[in-house]
Amino acid sequence: MSSVLIALALIFTQLSLLAFGGGNTILPEMQRQVVEIHHWMTAQQFGAMFALAQAAPGPNMMIVPLVGWHVASWPGVLVTTLAKFGPSSLLAGIAMGLWERFKDRPWRRIVQAGLVPMTVGLVTASAAVITQASAHEWILAAIVAACASAALTTRLHPLLLLAFGALVGLSGIGQI
Amino acid sequence: MSTPASLADPEIARTEPTVAQLFSGFLYLGLIGFGGVLPMARTMVVDQRRWMSGKEFTELLGLCQFLPGGNIINISVAIGLKFRGPVGALAALLGLIAAPTVIVIGLGILYDHYQDDPHIRHLFAGLAAAAAGLLVSMAVKIALPLRRKPVAIAIALLCFLAIAILRLPLLATMLVLAPISVLASWKLDKGENTR
Repeated sequence: MSSVLIALALIFTQLSLLAFGGGNTILPEMQRQVVEIHHWMTAQQFGAMFALAQAAPGPNMMIVPLVGWHVASWPGVLVTTLAKFGPSSLLAGIAMGLWERFKDRPWRRIVQAGLVPMTVGLVTASAAVITQASAHEWILAAIVAACASAALTTRLHPLLLLAFGALVGLSGIGQI
Repeated sequence: MSTPASLADPEIARTEPTVAQLFSGFLYLGLIGFGGVLPMARTMVVDQRRWMSGKEFTELLGLCQFLPGGNIINISVAIGLKFRGPVGALAALLGLIAAPTVIVIGLGILYDHYQDDPHIRHLFAGLAAAAAGLLVSMAVKIALPLRRKPVAIAIALLCFLAIAILRLPLLATMLVLAPISVLASWKLDKGENTR
C-alpha cells in the first residue's frame, strides 16, 4: 500500500510542477501514468472520472482526488491532493515575492508567449486522448461532436451540454 | 507604476479578509463554480467583498498564468498569502477544494456502485462523451488565435504528436520543446522590434 502511495505522490508532484497552461494540459500524462504504466484503471474508467470531475463544481482538476480515491481510498485522496496542489502552490507563494521585480521585464512576456503553442498542443492532445477513451460507439462520437460544436457556436451553459450527453447516453441508443 | 491608473482606482471601502473569511469565501466559490471558477472569483473578490481592485486582481492573474497549476488554485494561494501569509494561503486553498473534493468522491462512489447497471453505464458513457466534447471545443478555442503563426502551429503540432500519438513522457517533451518555443518567440519578437 505504501509503495502505491509513494508512486502516487511522485506522479502528482511531477504533474503539479509541469502544469503550465492549467490543468487540462497534464491529462495525457496523467492517463499515461495511471492507465498505461501502473494499470490502476482502464482508459474508459479514466474518461469516466474526467467526466465526473467536469460534472462537479469547483476547479477543473477535481479528477485528481478521484484518481487518488480509486487507487488507494482516503489515504490516496490525501496524497494526490497534497502532491498536486502543494508544490505548485509553494511555487506560487515564492513567485509572489519575486513578481514585483520582474513584471516589467521584456523576457517575461517573451517566455509567456513562447509557452502558448505548448499549451495549445497539450490541450489538443488532452482532447484527443479523452475523446479516444470516451467515444467507443458511434453514438458517443456523435455526442462528442454535437457538444463540441454547440460549445463553440452557442452560449449554452456547459452543465446543460453535460446533461444532454448524459440523457442521450441513458436512452441507450447505439450502445450495447 | 502608472499613476493615472492608480488615481482612477479610488480607495473605496477596501476590506482586508480574515483567515476565516478567506476560507469561507473560497468555500463558496468552490460550491458555486460550475464550468469555470475564475470569472466568479473576480466578481467575489473585486465587486462583492472588495478585497482588492480589478487592476490588482488582473496583475495577480498575470502572475498565475505564468506559473504551473490551475489559475484559480494559484489565485487562491496568492490572495491568501497577500492578506494573511501562509496560514491565509492554506485557508483559501483548502476552502476552494474542500467541497468539490467531497462532491466528486461522492459521485465516484455512486459510479463505482452502479457501474454494472446498464442504464447507469450508458448514462456515464454519454456524460463522458459530452465532457470530451467540451474539451474539444476548448482546444479549438485556444488554437484559433494561432491561425496566422506558422512557427507556433508547428510547435503545437510537434507537442501534440509527442504527447497524443507517440505518448512520450511530458517532462522530456517539455524539456525539449519549451526552450525551442521560447527561443522562437524571442526571435520573432526581435524581428518585429527591429522592423
